[in-house]
Amino acid sequence: MSDVTAAGAGVGRSAATGWIGRRVVALGPVLAVVAGILAIWYAAVPPMNIHWAASRAARADVAVSVPEGQSIRSAGAWALVLRNPGLIPATYTQDKPRLPAPHQVAAELWSTTAGPPVTSNKSLIHHASITLGATLLGFVFGALGGLLLAVGIVYNRVMDASVMPWAIASQTIPILALAPMIVVVLNSIGVTGLVPKAVIAAYLSFFPVVVGMVKGLRSPSAIQSDLLHTYNANGWQGFWKLRLPAAMPFLFPSLKVGIAASLVGAIIAELPTGAQGGLGARLLSGSYYGQTIQIWSALFAAAILAAVLVGIVGAIQTATLKRMGFGR
Amino acid sequence: MTGANGFLVTAASALVLVVLTLLLLATGAEGAALGAAALAGVALVALIAHLVRAGQRGVLPPLLLGFIILLLWEAGVRAFDVPGVILPSVSAILARMASSAPTLWEDFAQTFLRGALAGYAIGCGAGFVVALVADRTPALQRGILPVGNFLAAMPIVGTAPILVMWFGFDWQSKAAVVAVMCFFPMLVNTVQGLAAAERMQKDLMRTYAAGYWKTLTKLRLPAAAPFIFNGLKICTTLALIGAIVAEFFGSPIRGMGFRISTEVGRLALDMVWAEIVVAALAGSAFYGLVALLERAATFWHPSQRRAR
Repeated sequence: MSDVTAAGAGVGRSAATGWIGRRVVALGPVLAVVAGILAIWYAAVPPMNIHWAASRAARADVAVSVPEGQSIRSAGAWALVLRNPGLIPATYTQDKPRLPAPHQVAAELWSTTAGPPVTSNKSLIHHASITLGATLLGFVFGALGGLLLAVGIVYNRVMDASVMPWAIASQTIPILALAPMIVVVLNSIGVTGLVPKAVIAAYLSFFPVVVGMVKGLRSPSAIQSDLLHTYNANGWQGFWKLRLPAAMPFLFPSLKVGIAASLVGAIIAELPTGAQGGLGARLLSGSYYGQTIQIWSALFAAAILAAVLVGIVGAIQTATLKRMGFGR
Repeated sequence: MTGANGFLVTAASALVLVVLTLLLLATGAEGAALGAAALAGVALVALIAHLVRAGQRGVLPPLLLGFIILLLWEAGVRAFDVPGVILPSVSAILARMASSAPTLWEDFAQTFLRGALAGYAIGCGAGFVVALVADRTPALQRGILPVGNFLAAMPIVGTAPILVMWFGFDWQSKAAVVAVMCFFPMLVNTVQGLAAAERMQKDLMRTYAAGYWKTLTKLRLPAAAPFIFNGLKICTTLALIGAIVAEFFGSPIRGMGFRISTEVGRLALDMVWAEIVVAALAGSAFYGLVALLERAATFWHPSQRRAR
């Protein structure tokens, strides 16, 4: 049981702890790794885009050097790059590159967030807010439901023996495969808009919370329960004054996993119906029309959103645990 | 004595009610069948309670609960005449699984055996190797952990449209998505695992004059095994999700994700459910297999020791 708990929690468990509210000392190596990734990215752009640049140049009657007996199409990417260094600048400025350069993505992110008004269809903030709404609604319901089920499991042995194994097994099932069906079924009974997405988001954030909270509510040791017993505390007081506070350090990591999963669920839920708005819709329309820069910017917007959400939960975690005296 | 009697009475009445429900369903008396199913459910819950009180903790209680849900599902769908486009009955799904077995197998082979498994091997292998390399430079390791953790929590599924564009519609692009999804959890877990060996243990290896590789194979990799297997287990689920979701962005006319998205469009929900059952079975079996391997490889670890 414990290893499965870790499996669910491991995905994003410490995502925020290293990022928000930590010392600057740790930043050096992080920046080095980020710089390394950017360098690899920039180096990969010319070979990825050279074919398109070369055929454009050939059509414009610029001499393109290709290896003996090969055409531009059949030539290797690196061979083209090495033989035509003059074409490299063109690989960084294409409209629909196979791999956009980091600065192109950054420029698109900037122009779609700062440029158009927030309500317009071109604004990435508009799309992000649609996805964010479904994410948060789903997360609240998923987390509350998970909390209630965890309490039921901890206080009822029958539920513990019969429901808990399903909660664990459900983590091994590709739940996202259900997403298109839930969206279409809810549409067919007249539920549209935010709710179908929120249902999937809730479903995904539900199980990490169940598993984490069950572990947390069980964490008080026998000696602590015995102490409450000597105080003549009833079950209700035992829950509010011992079990629930003791579960807090377990709750927050599950909430972090849950909110990240909730965002993924909301994005996936936007795929099958061809939703008009949302980050998932941006991904899908970008993939239909080959707008690679749009795909990458939507992806980064989703990543930033996930980081911010996890960061907020992490900040609440730090503040709450500090006040409760769990301080590190 | 009374406890044993009560148990026998509960078990017998549950059995009778289940048989009665099935008979009523077979004869087409749907309303009565739903009533019988509800009673059977109550009797089965009482039976589970008896089992739990008797100390039974294995697979029987959850299986009985699953059976109750299936029974109520079947009887409820038939009694209320729920349209198949909202929720098909269990029997319809099973019939569809039987009649479409070749299609299901073809989709399974395309999505799981080709896309997911290939990507899983590549992603986990790459994550492992990069972790080993990063481990040799402490600065790199300190940088990789936060970045890897950050990226592991990202909606990496979103790279699917890009990778489908790069690698084409066939299984190679699905394998690529899966590889990217598996890479970071594996990397993070392996890096953490390699840091798990204690200083005393490392010092001991030094006093044995063991070199880097000896220390790695004899001490650090075994100590890292629980973390590595944790990563491998996380990736089993991610692999199937990645392969299925990537097919939503384009695929040849086979594959589980392709079938789910097209059959949903045609409102053939029995086929969708059939695919989901296959996905659930494949996901659980894959996870179970890795968990078994873990038990065999890290039998010495406290989390694997069974309380007897």
